[in-house]
Amino acid sequence: MSFWEFVADRWDRLLAESLLHLSAVVQCTLLAALIGVAIGLVVYRSPLGSAAATALTSAILTIPSFALLGLLIPVLGLGAPPTVVALVLYGLLPIVRNTIVGLGGVDAAVRDAARGVGMSRLGVLTRVELRLAWPAILTGMRVAAQMLMGIAAIAAYARGPGLGVEIFAGLTRAGSANATNQAIAGTLGVVVLALALDGVFALIGRYTIARGIRGQ
Amino acid sequence: MASEIELVDVTKHYPGAPAPAVESVSMTIPAGETVVFVGPSGCGKTTTMRMINRLIEPTSGRITIDGEDTRSLDPDRLRRGIGYAIQQAGLFPHMTVGQNVATVPGLLGWSRAKVAERVDEMLDLVGLDPAEHRDRYPRQLSGGQQQRVGVARALAADPPVLLMDEPFGAVDPITRGNLQDELMRLQAELRKTIVFVTHDFDEAVKLGDRIAVLGDRSRVLQYDTPEAILANPADDTVAGFVGAGASLKQLTLLRVREVELGQVTTASVTDDAAELERKLAGARRGFALLLDARGRPVSWVHARNPRQPRPVGDSVSLRSTLRDALEAILTEGGTAVVTGGRGEYVGVVEIGTVMAAVQQLREEHTGVAG
Repeated sequence: MSFWEFVADRWDRLLAESLLHLSAVVQCTLLAALIGVAIGLVVYRSPLGSAAATALTSAILTIPSFALLGLLIPVLGLGAPPTVVALVLYGLLPIVRNTIVGLGGVDAAVRDAARGVGMSRLGVLTRVELRLAWPAILTGMRVAAQMLMGIAAIAAYARGPGLGVEIFAGLTRAGSANATNQAIAGTLGVVVLALALDGVFALIGRYTIARGIRGQ
Repeated sequence: MASEIELVDVTKHYPGAPAPAVESVSMTIPAGETVVFVGPSGCGKTTTMRMINRLIEPTSGRITIDGEDTRSLDPDRLRRGIGYAIQQAGLFPHMTVGQNVATVPGLLGWSRAKVAERVDEMLDLVGLDPAEHRDRYPRQLSGGQQQRVGVARALAADPPVLLMDEPFGAVDPITRGNLQDELMRLQAELRKTIVFVTHDFDEAVKLGDRIAVLGDRSRVLQYDTPEAILANPADDTVAGFVGAGASLKQLTLLRVREVELGQVTTASVTDDAAELERKLAGARRGFALLLDARGRPVSWVHARNPRQPRPVGDSVSLRSTLRDALEAILTEGGTAVVTGGRGEYVGVVEIGTVMAAVQQLREEHTGVAG
């Protein structure tokens, strides 16, 4: 059976796994964004806090994904929970770092003017600071999403959902019929999803970044 | 439409700092006047100003606006009632010019229609065409235009008090001069209470109804009119800050209309040769000024050579400063022609007039102080 015959034969299953894969990555990126931006907001005013948050999230990224999943299984069991936790943890670094950089890059004069004309602390944050930091935060989310696409494939080790199932099945059955096709189909699927999601992020940027700061 | 501001023993001591940044400052800023805080960098003048709208909370002391203690108000609410313009303008880069100007009216909950109307009115007031600039972004404007928008934003909700922290510090000298002129024109119309911070004494002289010369820890070294400070600096530090050329700076404070104008013999360009000769014979020092049919100065003629008149180069108006008049005197060779509103001849200023005016100013203020 050729590769394309294999894909055609398994199309329904591959499509379902792709959707699960994409859904897991998107949801985990959003969750990582919520947590990451919150961490960024807490620490960005303090150089020490910023350094600590960046170091901590960097440290997480140095743990091999295989090891992290393996360590989470005894605690959280198999399936979705360890997958989600691992993906969110890995997604934090680019988002936290870009949130800190983005908020730190807001011109002091702009912040001062916002306070000076009578915006509340929350108003300055939501109407000025986050709006100006948004391009950086969005880039962080984009990088995180790309990274999580690959890492999500490993989550099949913890019986997580997605295309990793195909890759792992193909690799463990190496040498038997269609084993290579299966592994390649899974891998190629991840690549295609990653490219598509990146395109979506580019579009989101186009429509959500204020015109006055676009292209800077 | 203006409020009196009073500072009583205001001190700011940052925790951990060996000395207070601002120590026991007391002053009254009269309603409707422009008071300029001037002093060297780091003297605490900006800190003092920022305590008025509570961007910095005083450690001790009391600040009242129209008798009301600023601490009795919610700080955000207080700031919405005080215009605020700063160096670099601090415009919100992600908002259009119109949205920037609409910030405070928006915070105050004005209706959409009223805000839109106000935005156009404000842009017009600061000399920007609303239709052309309303929907632009700050980065599409020049530095001077950004400052204008900054001032428009500060004035949008018609606050009785305006705080300006070196608002023209970051633009080129020519633009700065224009912006200063604009501010003076605006203030003549609006009569707000303006607190203006600068380290440029010339700017202080030009803009201030009163100047507060501040020293270390924002200590008030002298608080008086520009005329009085120039004529009679309180101590050596103030004198040093006034700098060289105090007399020339005084001349910028006097207008031509405030001094007694001299007169010269005039003749009309339509006069025939005999008539001109008769007039020149009676003229002081043999000079006459030729006027055109509408009474506007054209040229000088001298009895020795009546056929070769010398055109009037530099003239001044009644609104010009004596410094401009002095400049004209120097270029014209002793006499500056003064023209009225329609460019017609009204008199002349001579070097003696200028000297007498400076002398008088100096005596007045020495008399008051001494």
